[in-house]
Amino acid sequence: MTQQTTTTTQRQMTGAEIFVRSLIEENVEIVFGYPGGAVIGIYDALHDISDIKHILTRHEQGAVHAAEGYAKASGRPGVALVTSGPGATNTVTGIADAYMDSIPIVVFTGQVALKLIGNDAFQEADIVGITRPITKHSYLVRDVNELAATIKEAFYVATTGRPGPVLVDLPKDVMATKTIFNYPKSVKLRSYQPHVEGNQKQLDKAVALIAKAKRPVLYVGGGVILSNAAEELKKFAHKTKIPVTTTLHGLGAFPETDELSLGMLGMHGTWYSNTAVNYCDLLIAVGARFDDRVTGKTDAFAPEAKKIHIDVDPSNISKNVKVDVPIVGDVKKVLQQLLPLVSALDTRDWIQTIKNWKEEHPLRYNNGKYIRMQHVIQKISELTKGKAVMVSDVGQHQMWMAQFYQYLYPRTHLTSGGLGTMGFSLPASMGAAFARKDFPIVSISGDGGFQMNIQELATIREYNVPVKIIILNNGYLGMVRQWQELFWRKRYSHVEMLSPDYVKVAEAYGIPGFRATVTSDVDDVIKQLFETDGPALAEFKVVKEDNVYPMIPAGQTYHEIIDIPNEKSEPIEGEEQTDLEMVTFSKG
Amino acid sequence: MSETTEQSIGQSARKHTISLLLENKFGALNRVAGMFSAKGYNLDSITVGPTEDASLSRMTIVTKGDDAIIEQIIKQLNKLIDTLKVVDLTYDSFMERELALIKIGTTSENRPEIMQVVEIFRAKIIDISHKTLTVEATGSGQKVDAIIKMLKPFHIKEIARTGRVALKREFVGEV
Repeated sequence: MTQQTTTTTQRQMTGAEIFVRSLIEENVEIVFGYPGGAVIGIYDALHDISDIKHILTRHEQGAVHAAEGYAKASGRPGVALVTSGPGATNTVTGIADAYMDSIPIVVFTGQVALKLIGNDAFQEADIVGITRPITKHSYLVRDVNELAATIKEAFYVATTGRPGPVLVDLPKDVMATKTIFNYPKSVKLRSYQPHVEGNQKQLDKAVALIAKAKRPVLYVGGGVILSNAAEELKKFAHKTKIPVTTTLHGLGAFPETDELSLGMLGMHGTWYSNTAVNYCDLLIAVGARFDDRVTGKTDAFAPEAKKIHIDVDPSNISKNVKVDVPIVGDVKKVLQQLLPLVSALDTRDWIQTIKNWKEEHPLRYNNGKYIRMQHVIQKISELTKGKAVMVSDVGQHQMWMAQFYQYLYPRTHLTSGGLGTMGFSLPASMGAAFARKDFPIVSISGDGGFQMNIQELATIREYNVPVKIIILNNGYLGMVRQWQELFWRKRYSHVEMLSPDYVKVAEAYGIPGFRATVTSDVDDVIKQLFETDGPALAEFKVVKEDNVYPMIPAGQTYHEIIDIPNEKSEPIEGEEQTDLEMVTFSKG
Repeated sequence: MSETTEQSIGQSARKHTISLLLENKFGALNRVAGMFSAKGYNLDSITVGPTEDASLSRMTIVTKGDDAIIEQIIKQLNKLIDTLKVVDLTYDSFMERELALIKIGTTSENRPEIMQVVEIFRAKIIDISHKTLTVEATGSGQKVDAIIKMLKPFHIKEIARTGRVALKREFVGEV
């Protein structure tokens, strides 16, 4: 590492003070953490610091998800600080989640003193070893003189190239040792130089393919949001007149009111986006990684298409699907390079075909006397008009939140996509609330996931975090139940679940709670929820058995797609046939 | 060190020798070996040692896979933050050596025969006792395999092999 100019103080400081000063140098405004024996010195150094806000979560997993939520909503690195041993091992799920979804976070873990490492000391865990396969990189700081430079490097690695989690393990004695504080202003690693610009030859090949395309589709992933390239994408799509479908993580990268928008593709994507991908003759993947939830059976994915793949991570190229023209580089930069080279295509027929598909196969559901999750989400979409940060958990509601909310802006859709971590929404929404004050923050969970990090209600109360908490309670692990219904002969093995009284739970934590049990309550409860200052919780008792469609079953092809039944479903107990109404919803 | 395959190996799979230059930092070997096991790649052998530059280590990896797998292995190795350079030597002309120590149980009757084999392979006897004889054999992996095969009929008590080290040749032809 080369150090150019540095911030230096002649005074001797402990490692703990250097740690805090380094965070200030990195402009860290907030740390989510939990103290303990190995980090007590660091917490002592944090005590008098007003430049950094420390949020005491109620579980270390909550701290890491909050750091993720902060990073996803703001685009700045999230920071978590925990103690050694169990504090460190509790961060594992959050770190794995950030790794799968390429979220820039830096996790600082306490460690036992150097001379005790390996001795099975109290609260000792080899956290660097445990997290090695789920971090972008990790460090054990063995010398206080390397501390400042290591922190600088950790933030640099986490935020550049394909972002990801970096872990820094801090032995207790190192943090008590004194040295001169010397913070490098820049960092250059000879072994790590992320690609930024696309190769000109590859760009030329891509431009030639684009010029020939008759039925092109842009397949847009989270990379567009991570590299802040939504503007460039919009210009590119409008200039070339190429329709856009996004992945789960790409939601928000392209406004879903745009005529060119196809909504989400993949296992639970719209019928028309999957159809367009199946018949397209050119697929341009932008910051997307051909995940199995998108492709299904890989050799039948976009079978007629030439494929261009723009990605910052070379190892994503031709990993799952062989592509014709790979372009390695930062998505924003590559789109900027491509923009002047492309011209308008005549895609009028193609867009008209897609428009017909949209009319024939819109997203739809049967509304009735009892509440459907789709209805609640659609109502929030109508109320907030894209101006909210929507944070989902994992399961059926996650897919419906992707389908029935109309996304307009980047960084307004937060979810655990890669790892699929139940319990993500509540702490992540808390982190997002510290990052964004302009939009309301809406956390949606099922009854299963909500109970996995329910303890963070206390954190939300303590810091008066203005999160609008929604529980869509169907008394089931709904997505598992759906698979059991469709693929396991309706043998509902251990998916039915008892919930506490969530309104009382909210009240016990000092948070106003509301409940809706029939569809006619929904508007009022949403209104109360959004009109309450600060945090508020609403439980919607929804119909127990409902399925997410369209669906391409795992590992299958477009031709096995199960579309939403076009006829009215059977009324459930307590409903009349006349209560049912088919509601349609279209993207773009 | 040898690890057997976790990933099914297709028809087109072949052996590759990959040379890796990486920062000589705490846990670097772990990161490389861990990547192979996490991704389910085959790892025949892996050797690591210091280089002319004390801040760098050179690792030689022998692995098997078809072209797509080898391409991913090279990309994944490059992705590790501490990696400076990855070269697949397979398509170049390269020098490779492996060292083996072979301890053989002997009797006064068979000792001359063993010594003959050792001489033919230009190996060395580095330890001798009334009941044993230890041979140091150096050469390509094939040569080491061959001497072990020739010594098999005798009583081999223990074998230690280093795995392959390799460097690219600078010019091709008579060396």
